[in-house]
Amino acid sequence: MIVFILCFILFLVGLFGILTSRNIIKIIIGLSIMEFSVYLFLVLIGYIENGQAPIITKDMINLPVVDPLPQAMVLTAIVIGLATKSMLMAIAIRLYKKFKTFDIRKITSLKG
Amino acid sequence: MITMKGMSPIVKKVSQLISAIIFLYGIYIIVHGHLTPGGGFAGGAVLSGAFIFLVLAFGTDVLNLRREEEEASVIEGLAILIFVLMATIGLFIGIRVFFNNYLPKGQIGELISAGVIPLYNIAVGIEVGAALFTIFLALVIYKEEISK
Amino acid sequence: MELTLSILLVFMIIGAVYALFARDLLSALISCGIVGYGLVICFLLLKAPDLAIVQIVVETVTLIIMVAVILDSTRQDLREKIVHNERGTHFINAKYVFNVLTVVILALFFLFFFNQAIGRLEPFGTHVTRMASAYVGDAAIKTGSANLVTGVLFDFRAYDTLGEATILFTAVVGVLTILRIKGRK
Repeated sequence: MIVFILCFILFLVGLFGILTSRNIIKIIIGLSIMEFSVYLFLVLIGYIENGQAPIITKDMINLPVVDPLPQAMVLTAIVIGLATKSMLMAIAIRLYKKFKTFDIRKITSLKG
Repeated sequence: MITMKGMSPIVKKVSQLISAIIFLYGIYIIVHGHLTPGGGFAGGAVLSGAFIFLVLAFGTDVLNLRREEEEASVIEGLAILIFVLMATIGLFIGIRVFFNNYLPKGQIGELISAGVIPLYNIAVGIEVGAALFTIFLALVIYKEEISK
Repeated sequence: MELTLSILLVFMIIGAVYALFARDLLSALISCGIVGYGLVICFLLLKAPDLAIVQIVVETVTLIIMVAVILDSTRQDLREKIVHNERGTHFINAKYVFNVLTVVILALFFLFFFNQAIGRLEPFGTHVTRMASAYVGDAAIKTGSANLVTGVLFDFRAYDTLGEATILFTAVVGVLTILRIKGRK
């Protein structure tokens, strides 16, 4: 039970980073921390004590297998997270060229 | 960012030798994706890592980055097209379902088994690798252009 | 098992907190890497080797891309939570207080749902595979793939993989469009 609570604390740390920091890079870091906590939470739910990895081999002992469904979902989620993160980085670097700062309080002009 | 002239000759030589091994390892992970841990996503990321390593070591002046970027994006589009086409073939064979596994299954644990899953793995691996390399090259080209 | 994971998670939380409060952006990125690589060890302990391989490579590529972005830019963080006035007394910025209040309210909101959900979850390590029991039982015979995760990913739930590939393609097109300075001739 305590791992779930620690996972939730990690999620809250990422939320704090997103809402209170003014730097775009810090916001992206907070977003990735939230992503990591959610991945870990999903994999923790599917874990079975004394289970074995979901790979079938010839000399397999008769033990329960860890749930493969959350692992497959998290596998796609990791790559999607990479795609969104690189997209955010591209937007950030473009904003830096125009406004010469990462500070979101100074990026106020609505003109393109 | 990345030094435009590349690093010292020792780094260049070592990266030449090692990137081939990294590339081979990526191909191994992709091809054995249905037997061992790994698969298209992991192997594709390793493949892109090999190319990124070479670009970082050799600098950007020896490469024609524009052409590389265009080729990488074209390869990525072709790979995803092949993935969708292979899935569409399932509509015409067997029980007529999208993403149908229409090839013979074979013996579990053999390299050539599991029907179309290895082919999907190869397509997705090429797609992920080309996508990551394209993103990296786009950043490098952008940095080069604003530094001029 | 649970103790090992808890210690690792505490280290990851420390790394995350340092990443958010670091003065230098480069050290913030590197301590964000602590969280990512700690996640790799957690995946290995949780019997998920596929995820560990993907995460370690993706984390490295992400770190390269993020360092490439910030290295030419400013590296100083801009944090002004304490404002000095002329008489020398300093007080905390009102906007910062407002932000922290928003965080607390949202955290309580999430805590409510977490509290609702945690009662219905099984305790750690005693998961009952309801939905995936068919996957675990028949996947190797139905798909012929020894790796069950690949079997789920490319056969039972291949639509998810198709969506993932589409998102990656869209992200690449978006990055190419955003970062293009001169139009194509």
